[in-house]
Amino acid sequence: MTSRIEWLRATLVASSLALFMINPVLADSSVSADTAPAEFKVTDFLLDNGMEVVVIPDHRAPIVTHMVWYKIGSADEPPGKSGIAHFFEHLMFKATAHHKAGEFDRAVSDIGGSNNAFTSYDYTAFHETVAPSALELMMSFEADRMRNLILTDDVIKTERDVILEERRSRIDNNPQAVLDEEVDATLWQNQPYRIPVIGWMQEMEQLNRTDAIAFYNKYYRPNNAVLIVAGDVEPETVKALAEKTYGKVARGPDLPPRVRPVEPEQNTKRTVTLSDPRVSVPSFSTQWVVPSYHTAKAGEAEALDLLAEILGDGNRSRLYQALIVKQGIASNAGAYFQGTMLDDTNFTVYAAPRGDARLADVEAAVDAEVARIASDGVTPDELEKAKDRYVRSMIFARDKQDSMANIYGSTLATGGTVQDVQQWPDRIRKVTTDEVKAVAARYLVLSRATTGYLLPQQQAGN
Amino acid sequence: MKSTTALNPRKPFLFPTRREGKARATLVTLLLSILFLILPALAARAMEIQSVTSPKGVTAWLVEDYSVPVVAIRFVFGGGSTQDPPGKEGLANLMTGLFDEGAGPLDSEAFQIKLDDAGAEMSFDETRDGIYGSMRMLAEQRDEAFDLLRLAVNEPRFDQAPIDRIRAQVLSGIIANENDPDTMAQNRWARAVYGDHPYSRSDQGTRQSIAAITQADLKALHKALFARGGLHVAVVGAIDPETLKKKLDMVFGDLPPNQALAPVADIEPKLAQHIEVNYDLPQTSLRLAWPGVKRKAADFFPAVLMNEILGGGTFTSRLFQEVREKRGLAYSVNSSLVNQDHADALIVTTGTRSDRAAETLGIVRDVVKRLAEDGPTEAELAATKKYLIGAYAINNLDSSGSIAATLVELQLDDLGIDYMQRRTGYINAVTLDQVKAAARKLLTAEPTIMVVGPPLAGAGKG
Repeated sequence: MTSRIEWLRATLVASSLALFMINPVLADSSVSADTAPAEFKVTDFLLDNGMEVVVIPDHRAPIVTHMVWYKIGSADEPPGKSGIAHFFEHLMFKATAHHKAGEFDRAVSDIGGSNNAFTSYDYTAFHETVAPSALELMMSFEADRMRNLILTDDVIKTERDVILEERRSRIDNNPQAVLDEEVDATLWQNQPYRIPVIGWMQEMEQLNRTDAIAFYNKYYRPNNAVLIVAGDVEPETVKALAEKTYGKVARGPDLPPRVRPVEPEQNTKRTVTLSDPRVSVPSFSTQWVVPSYHTAKAGEAEALDLLAEILGDGNRSRLYQALIVKQGIASNAGAYFQGTMLDDTNFTVYAAPRGDARLADVEAAVDAEVARIASDGVTPDELEKAKDRYVRSMIFARDKQDSMANIYGSTLATGGTVQDVQQWPDRIRKVTTDEVKAVAARYLVLSRATTGYLLPQQQAGN
Repeated sequence: MKSTTALNPRKPFLFPTRREGKARATLVTLLLSILFLILPALAARAMEIQSVTSPKGVTAWLVEDYSVPVVAIRFVFGGGSTQDPPGKEGLANLMTGLFDEGAGPLDSEAFQIKLDDAGAEMSFDETRDGIYGSMRMLAEQRDEAFDLLRLAVNEPRFDQAPIDRIRAQVLSGIIANENDPDTMAQNRWARAVYGDHPYSRSDQGTRQSIAAITQADLKALHKALFARGGLHVAVVGAIDPETLKKKLDMVFGDLPPNQALAPVADIEPKLAQHIEVNYDLPQTSLRLAWPGVKRKAADFFPAVLMNEILGGGTFTSRLFQEVREKRGLAYSVNSSLVNQDHADALIVTTGTRSDRAAETLGIVRDVVKRLAEDGPTEAELAATKKYLIGAYAINNLDSSGSIAATLVELQLDDLGIDYMQRRTGYINAVTLDQVKAAARKLLTAEPTIMVVGPPLAGAGKG
């Protein structure tokens, strides 16, 4: 069973898995379909209408994961229309010219399959997990709704109420989420990541049919989509089925390159504070703008991944050992880096005090570890162990079919390639201690950071 | 161990169309209800389960599979947090946080370094009714990993320093949630529904109870629970039966033969109550409980089908259609059958805008009433059977870890190693009359209803 909190954790794992999901065995292999029949041998090709296809065979269970990733996310939304990407994701489950509302869902549930969709800053993805014999049916439904959706004002109004409830549930009912939203809007002064994926309430309330149809016609096109099929199938089969279904959808106009506003230089220390009666233990997080895999110079994003691992991932990390084990002042402490993004991304450290420790002391202790790693770097032993953990994660990741699909999908939707995924372990292996130290010194500058504080009510304003 | 995640500033990153899992259905009656879903002809074909018994008499179910060089083991000792002595609530939870904090000759730090070097991940967790352990390891390092597991299971040190540290983290979590309306509501619910039964207690304990826990308490609980008599084991991955037998003897063979469990009474959840936890929230949570059905009862599968039709895991359930799809009143609305060792229930949960909470509650009750009076249609039943037959593999068998978890639950429920082959027959044999009878039996009771939000009568009244 999944609780909400666990769900949040699961999605974060999924997103960070985007960094892990590689098959080391394939690191130096080509990607053509005809050379290696081996398990996990990845094939990719283009349909004539520009739709990209990636096939990841995995014959351990008679199951196939079918995903369509559109290269459109909340950061691509027009001004004043925040939430339209996510709203549109919901609308994709409505009637089309060929299928009544709910018919696709019933077709999936009738065969014991599962289906869903998700939206992020840089992409929107739709997925079904079914028996391989149903793959063609899934493809025909998915290809149909790429172009044939019918949206009425009634449908728009009801589903808009659903996303407003979703916003209340995820954000407005939760002080941590309310704070996070405004920390993002402060960290990002210019880049669209400043706007929440789910949208600002007052703009969501105004989203309408005209907005939705314009959005649909612009972005839901085969030449803006990536098909990922992972599981008990062969590339030749997928190719034939994809040509028969998606291949019939007309190519849309070429979309302009995804060039968005970028951040100006940050010259200040910014803070955002929320005090709330529901909070009993204070906490903080500090964030920096750093390059993503797509925007970084060669090797920098890999170094940032390893930096986050050494500084704050798990109970062998520096923050855990220093604050929780040795000093005994924190109940949790860590760091993370979200590298699979189209534009510059964020690097975050966080902690919360335990016992009599004060938040200010905990923050100072985190800052001290950040300063130390930026000035002294990491040891060769720390770096080797961090690399080992990454390689191990990749092997464990192969154990779950949809993890592989998520890696390839998120990478390809954020400007990466199949080769980038496959060569990633080698690039991680090549990172040096100097390179980790260099990114720490360059990016983790305490005087140019954005910090969010979540405080109990009584500490407000005094 | 369940540590608090409330302080973790990591945030939702992806926004799916439908919330995964049974979300809040797990508020109180947690975790062990997973296996009311059923088995796929699909998986039965693909997967051979062997029963392996070691020379010392330890039995494990094994799925031998070499396609990924990974081994996953999962096991359970019966008797979880219900075994916490009165005044020592939180003992089982604290114990599960200490298995990687020193064992045998290795202190906390030495153990964790060895575990990291071995490339293995080990975790322990408790439910009301069991202590679960899991490990996943790289096949090539399985000897080192199993050796560490042997130490953790047989010779946990429970050193004072890690006890105090982990206890402080748990305490931080307890304090952090003290003013959280959801946590307050959870506690109210547990007391109202379970009275003074052990199921009413917080598995993390209270400030006072965890302060009272000593090293001797931990050792005593370990000694009482970690015995071969209450043990079930499942292993999936790159290991053959002969090798596994040696590992089973090494890890579990020297444990005492019998557990020493405090008896726990069966309890009927107390229904027909109205609980309001008033808090000024933009979204109101509703939670309703009806009687459940025992896993071994003759009408278990009719009840499972009925629940699925009411509000199960698809987009097509009655609650989903009436509450969300037609009226946009909620983002998530679910029903689930919860089976624990000593209590069963059918739980419905949803979250709805506070000014329309009364309306949503009325619709939920109306949907339930109609199902109780008229039962489902033949078509609904036929579609739901197909769903449940197909969904088992996708929901329960999508990775080595989830297969191992499923096999442990099958053993706990005493369903037999060939259950997956029989399950389809059980589902297909259910008649419409049986489902109608299950609906009448469970859903005509007056439910316990909990409202978390502003007073239900509406915003206008003081």
